[in-house]
Amino acid sequence: MLEQPTPLADWIIILPVVLCLMGAALLLVLRSMVRVQMWIAAAVLLVVLICDGLLLQRVLAAGPLTMTMGNWLPPFGISFTADAMGAGFALAGAFVALCVILYAQMDTPEAAVRAGFYPLILLLVAGVSGAFLTGDLFNLYVWFEVMLIASFGLIVLAGNPLQLDGAVKYGILNFLATALFLAALGLLYGLLGTLNMADIIGRAQRAELALLAAIAALFALAFGMKAALFPVNAWLPASYHVPPAAISALLAGLLTKVGVYAFIRTLAMLLPEARDALAPGILTLAVATAILGPLSALAETNLRRAIGFILIGGVGVSLLPIAGASVPGLAGSTAYVFHAMLTIAALYLVAGLIERVTGQGDTRRMAGLYAANSALSILFFVLVLAVAGIPPFLGFWPKLLMLQGLIANGQWLQLFVLLGNALLTLIAGARLWSHIFWRGKVERVALPVTGLGSAVLLTGAIVLIGLWPSLLVDAATIAGADIIDPARYIASVGLAP
Amino acid sequence: MEAALALLIGLFIAVAIYLILSRALIRVVIGIVVLGNAINLLIFVAGRLTSATPPIVPPGMDAALGMANPLPQALILTAIVIGFAMFAYFIVLALRAYQATDADDINHMRLAEPEGEPRPPLEY
Repeated sequence: MLEQPTPLADWIIILPVVLCLMGAALLLVLRSMVRVQMWIAAAVLLVVLICDGLLLQRVLAAGPLTMTMGNWLPPFGISFTADAMGAGFALAGAFVALCVILYAQMDTPEAAVRAGFYPLILLLVAGVSGAFLTGDLFNLYVWFEVMLIASFGLIVLAGNPLQLDGAVKYGILNFLATALFLAALGLLYGLLGTLNMADIIGRAQRAELALLAAIAALFALAFGMKAALFPVNAWLPASYHVPPAAISALLAGLLTKVGVYAFIRTLAMLLPEARDALAPGILTLAVATAILGPLSALAETNLRRAIGFILIGGVGVSLLPIAGASVPGLAGSTAYVFHAMLTIAALYLVAGLIERVTGQGDTRRMAGLYAANSALSILFFVLVLAVAGIPPFLGFWPKLLMLQGLIANGQWLQLFVLLGNALLTLIAGARLWSHIFWRGKVERVALPVTGLGSAVLLTGAIVLIGLWPSLLVDAATIAGADIIDPARYIASVGLAP
Repeated sequence: MEAALALLIGLFIAVAIYLILSRALIRVVIGIVVLGNAINLLIFVAGRLTSATPPIVPPGMDAALGMANPLPQALILTAIVIGFAMFAYFIVLALRAYQATDADDINHMRLAEPEGEPRPPLEY
């Protein structure tokens, strides 16, 4: 049983959330000072990034870290518990948000800054960090709503008819998903009498499997909608291309990944028996998503919509090893989500630069951009290889881990779907590249340094982690092992396993 | 009592699904509110229903006999506040979308996904 107050050094676990919320409040107070907004937001995010890095380092060295709020003993107080998966995702999220802020400074009009562009980004990062670090299921719901509200604000900020149209579909379907999550939460509380994740793991083993499986199916539906799993993903291609490219990158890099994270957390870690009961269903949906995503990208002419479909394919891939889970498989899943956060956000940023040069989003009317800006073509090419999982880029290592897990378990269907997804994604990406950059010739165009610089920063990180993957692979293996056997997680909260 | 409330929740959810499947945006928004209330009631029932027993355990007694669990009621308060904020946002969004696209019918809101786009090119 936990008796002492949390040591001061452990407070680092709530710093990412607290700093973002306080930074957002400060920016709202200073909203008339348009010039300093971006610098304050970038400084806050930099500190958050450092905190997330230190937190991940501690978690990797010493195992999961817990802080329970308000002097209540767990499982009654609200716990924040960081394990390798949560801390790693929070780190990637903060890095993506920092790059997006540097990029957005290029093309965000003053009116949008006055209307609260930067505070909304910080609120979004607060919601995302809170969702990754919380150890309480109802608290997870609250963080979902925080980031939902922030994303609603960001998506309609410019307020033109196109964005209102996209926001209607995005907003209603995402709110429906959180409502279903809340219903599943209420039913789970009625069945188990607890909301603390560590406590749920223990009590779920003694609950009736049929009831638990029904609740788990409701969770899977809710998080599947959030993560854009087939067939409940129609909102994503309808909305992710309508806001400015920086916002698209932020939503695609963070929000769908929170859905995948919650899916892995609840179904793989909290309710493994119920997951096994639902395994055929989950497998079918993951396979359909992994294949239909890149196939739709092949048939798409709008650049950012095509990237959205590639994103959807990646979601399917990251959920392939969930059914019949193994340590390398789940390690591959977490590493894949980490990779997808960086790579998809970078793809959207580069797409924004391409649209800025060509003045449109239709790939049929783009051509010969290679002559106009060769740096852009190299960035896009590297990212296409990374997202398809070609060595030595970042996407290869998560897939290698997954393949190890799938071969060890003899899951040949998943194996071929994984490889098929990689091939189709490569074809779709190469096709986009050749349509945009080959044929014809256009005048040479220079791009703003900050816009190109932030895309280069993000792509550089992808290349570097791809070249030195040992840290990522080690961290992902620890994360996968903690999901399969959550004894360390439960012990850190202070409950008997 | 639980059975009656369960039936009521089922009715609410059926009404909500009917409204959300409608093409008129304002009906969809009302359907979302009804769904939110159905889920609040569901959490309420999950915390046991008793009449007029305060959730205070006298010293020396064992806990939780004949009283409702107060925690789900606290959860509902949070959910009601969030649901109300979302409802306010959706009402404004529906109004602005109606003004901007001149359509209350979801089928006519095709700006983000235009119909009848030409097929993608088949060669390079």
